[in-house]
Amino acid sequence: MDLSLKSLQAKWEAMKSDTQFANDRKRWASNVKKFILGLFKLVIIVGICYVILGPVIGIISSSFFSDSDTYNPMVYLIPQEPTLERYKIAIEYLNYGKTMTASLLYSLTLMLVQVFICSMVGYGFARYKFPFKNLLFGCVVVMIVIPVHTIMLPLYMTFAKFDVFGIIEATGGSAVNLLSTPVPMYIMTFFGCGLRSGLYIYIFNQFFRGLPKEIEEAAFVDGAGTWYTYFRIMLVNAIPSVITVAIFSMVWQYNDTFYARLFVISDDLVISKKISTIEASISNVEKILDPKILELFLDAGIVLVMIPIIIIYVALQKQFIEGVERSGIVG
Amino acid sequence: MNRKRTKMSLTTRRSINGYLFIMPWLIGFIVFYLRSLIMSVQFSLSELTVNPGGGYTLEFVGLENFIYAFRVHGSFKQILTTSVGNMLIDVPLITFFSLFMAILLNKKFPGRTLVRAIFFLPVILNSGAIQDAMDLARAMMSGGISNASAEIAEAASGSGVSIDYYIQMFTSLGLPDVIIEYVSGAVGRISEIINASGVQIVIFIAALQSIPGSMYEVAKIEGATGYETFWKVTFPMVMPHIITNVVYTVVDSFADSEVVELAYDVAFTQNNYGLSSVFSLVSTIVTCLILVLVCRFIQKRTFYYN
Repeated sequence: MDLSLKSLQAKWEAMKSDTQFANDRKRWASNVKKFILGLFKLVIIVGICYVILGPVIGIISSSFFSDSDTYNPMVYLIPQEPTLERYKIAIEYLNYGKTMTASLLYSLTLMLVQVFICSMVGYGFARYKFPFKNLLFGCVVVMIVIPVHTIMLPLYMTFAKFDVFGIIEATGGSAVNLLSTPVPMYIMTFFGCGLRSGLYIYIFNQFFRGLPKEIEEAAFVDGAGTWYTYFRIMLVNAIPSVITVAIFSMVWQYNDTFYARLFVISDDLVISKKISTIEASISNVEKILDPKILELFLDAGIVLVMIPIIIIYVALQKQFIEGVERSGIVG
Repeated sequence: MNRKRTKMSLTTRRSINGYLFIMPWLIGFIVFYLRSLIMSVQFSLSELTVNPGGGYTLEFVGLENFIYAFRVHGSFKQILTTSVGNMLIDVPLITFFSLFMAILLNKKFPGRTLVRAIFFLPVILNSGAIQDAMDLARAMMSGGISNASAEIAEAASGSGVSIDYYIQMFTSLGLPDVIIEYVSGAVGRISEIINASGVQIVIFIAALQSIPGSMYEVAKIEGATGYETFWKVTFPMVMPHIITNVVYTVVDSFADSEVVELAYDVAFTQNNYGLSSVFSLVSTIVTCLILVLVCRFIQKRTFYYN
């Protein structure tokens, strides 16, 4: 066989000038191109998914490790002697059933208030004309943009001695300390200033603006009052954005530790806060001093805390992403 | 009987209704936000002592707290500049990374929903405790993903690849040091960047889907290559959403930066409320300034289709 460069070149020229199978060749070349591009895409996507999922997998697998597995250099991800002891102790120290119920209830009620108030405010901004409307809507945007930590101290002070404008003092009572109860969070949320309320108001505003005006006009002609129109007609039409806001506010509220820390809300109400002390309390009571072993308990606790979020997410994943796409975070 | 109400024009009645709808928020905004902002400024200008019976007294000290923060305090300036610097590096990276990923994920392929679900996962798992544990786990997995570029260099040298060699190579090729540092820093922070771009990717996907298909048809008929189509059609059309994403990224990255931690610590462990307010205010002003500047900059170059 003559494999010199020249003969190869000649063969290549012959192939190029051969018109009989030109189409086949082109198709083949484009297929190869497509395949290589696809492979490239696959590698990138799988790699990035691994970066995101890696730590989660690591946490889940190491929560099953026994003591001997931790120090066995041969063990990677798959434990040799899997144990459920981490979970047993983590459940005990988290007081799992009770704390989880309380925590879920807490975020659920806040979520309901959040949806109710924010949809109302968003509707007001979207459908009514009133003086200073643009200025006030600017204030909503300011609420989104300004980091909460700017106002954390005044908030702390306000709720440590809760007496807005001296109303309570004037009626004979004395100011109350609302810290270490969940009340501040409820008050803030009820007045549309809860966790990321500005964003939710914005989402609702965008959505209501996109609904046709004729719906309301028809309702008005048929004699429906303002509030009837809002509750029975507009809110029903806004179900997609209601779902988006509901899921987001539920999950973010459940995850929130900033407000929980600021208002000193009890650990038994906010499981995400309780998880941060689990290592210390296990080490104190169980007399485990090895930080590597303690980490395993933390991992088990984290898995326990993540379970409800993951369940919600897997069940409603489609609404989540489509909600963000559709309901107008996109300007 | 038809009891006549007091005569009001339809517009007045509607505007009253409008105010009724936004009333809860309006009260909350005035009581919690406006009042708190004013109080923050007040705190920062005075020395605050907590009374034993609850409550506090303010003693006006002028700009002393500000002077202390900038001239005397050990770490504030440094932390502020690092936070701002990190943010300035991250924002363009996150924006372009999420645009790139959105373009990849926009096309139909098997398992697309699953992949998109995974990409959105960091937004869901954004609790502080979970994040900390994740960082630990990430360090433990040590499959080459670590947080600092120095660690990458170390890990790479262990596996027989010397990152220094490549850096040396690029330097001798004549690339400026700034670019090399930027790129190697970005590679070191890849996992942070990926974790921070969940929402941005979704926003860009939505933006891409709202581009009318006829535009691409025209580009194709006119004989534009893929590269040209991207820069002449896709990029201008998603440009308005870049502002949304930049704002979101800046706010998000400042919300959990070290400055917040510092302000929190100073307030609640050292009980120095005045100084803490100064930290919060200064960082907020810096954030807003950056936002305004960046938005101006982008807005001038933005093309609005409608």
